[in-house]
Amino acid sequence: MYSNQWQRWLTSIGGALSLRTMNGLQNSLLELVRRTSAEIPDDVHKAILDSLEREKQGTIAASAMKIIEQNIALAKNKSQPICQDTGSIIFYVDCPQGFDQLGFEQAAREAVKLATKKGYLRQNSVDSITGKNDGTNVGPGSPAIHFHQHASPEVSVRLVLKGGGCENVGAQYSLPNEKLKAGRDLDGCRKAILDAVLQAQGKGCGPGILGVCIGGDRATGYEFSKQQFLRKLEDSNPNPELDKLERDIVETANKLGIGPMGFGGKTTLLGTKIGVLNRLPASYFVSISYMCWAYRRQGVTLDSNGGIQKWLY
Amino acid sequence: MAPNRSGRPLTPPSMTLLLHHSVSAMIELSTPVSEAAVRGLKVGDEVGITGTLFTGRDAVHKYLYDGGQLPPGVNLKGGILYHCGPVIIKDEQGNWKCVAAGPTTSIREEPYQAQIIRDLGLRGVIGKGGMGEKTVEACKQYGCVYLHAVGGAAQVLAECIKRVPNVYFMEKFGAPEAIWEFQVVSFPAVVTIDAQGNSLHKEIFAASQAELAKYV
Repeated sequence: MYSNQWQRWLTSIGGALSLRTMNGLQNSLLELVRRTSAEIPDDVHKAILDSLEREKQGTIAASAMKIIEQNIALAKNKSQPICQDTGSIIFYVDCPQGFDQLGFEQAAREAVKLATKKGYLRQNSVDSITGKNDGTNVGPGSPAIHFHQHASPEVSVRLVLKGGGCENVGAQYSLPNEKLKAGRDLDGCRKAILDAVLQAQGKGCGPGILGVCIGGDRATGYEFSKQQFLRKLEDSNPNPELDKLERDIVETANKLGIGPMGFGGKTTLLGTKIGVLNRLPASYFVSISYMCWAYRRQGVTLDSNGGIQKWLY
Repeated sequence: MAPNRSGRPLTPPSMTLLLHHSVSAMIELSTPVSEAAVRGLKVGDEVGITGTLFTGRDAVHKYLYDGGQLPPGVNLKGGILYHCGPVIIKDEQGNWKCVAAGPTTSIREEPYQAQIIRDLGLRGVIGKGGMGEKTVEACKQYGCVYLHAVGGAAQVLAECIKRVPNVYFMEKFGAPEAIWEFQVVSFPAVVTIDAQGNSLHKEIFAASQAELAKYV
């Protein structure tokens, strides 16, 4: 059923990845972390350049966008973190049936430790009770790895690094919300999302990108809102109503005058992506994750030795 | 900003404010900074700082607030405190080198900042995201400004740090929380809280809230 190229992944069905594949995989994940931390993906870079163009010359908003643009170039050239907060480390793995998930987890943890030693990641993971930082970035919940089995032999790995400043301005609304006059419909969702933009101001290091989930429960809602960051900024939502809402949120947010860093200006959001999950009749959550301009997201497909075959963004 | 019954802010929307905040020229600021120089700054001014910065974040603020003394060598009278947990390495010659140094979120220091501005005689605090009423009041009363650096611009800002002569409280607080001494040249920041009681953060919030009311 699968071509020869994929035989090696499949020999691992019910068993561990071979040592050779483990080494290849670890090196690939290390390179994925390096590139994600140091390089802005093309779609986001394009949106940042567009907004630099849009801001009025001679304003502090334009100055901020210029510094952001210089920072993107410097980080790439020096192969150093775009932002010193290298964030939560979140892997999304699409894999065939029988793929060795335990082996992958082990390779990912080793790659994260090595990336931290090399300075691609800051020592950024702290024991929540003792406050101790063992300097490895590996511990309960770190890195986070989400596996998704699919009916294809391909293995692809996407990585998002999300800093604390923007994570802190995320919000979850339970509709109806009387204060916002937000009911249980798309207009109510719109009011909740725009309120989150207002409350965030520049504190999440704007111009930002919103990942939104309508529905789900309190946990799956936030989780799915983050998954929206895997979409490319220029794509369209396949649901025409949601596509319209996504465009409307960006357009309206950019009329509010919050601007880059909250300095005032024309660019408050670079994009909004909305996903939907079923909900219980009793619940109506709108979960909003905010991504800073330093939108660190990359992905690769892997060959049968665990090597990088193709970059996804 | 307390909303009135209609949910609108009490202050009229000052969208003209956005037009006022254009940059004429970068204002050079050297440390130590005089009170007159600080009083002359206004919200929206872009500054380039040259001289000495000391970093301090959560642990340092709590320590100073609780009456802790600065170590010998750290003189913040007329000085500028930077809310920053940098990434620093030792180079081949054994010198500290700053590789990433963007601002951290300042609002966490709001409970402590006003007293520290008063006690140490700070003339500037650099961070991101703005600060609250107590700090705005302290800036006005004692002659200090809040300087907003571009969040996330860790590489551009690290380039402005030419030397890292000293670190204090390394053992006590660990690397990100220690007091690092930075020699900087033309470190860019924007005045977002001035010594006249103005806060860009407050103004933009009120203006954007009023604007949003038109669209929902």
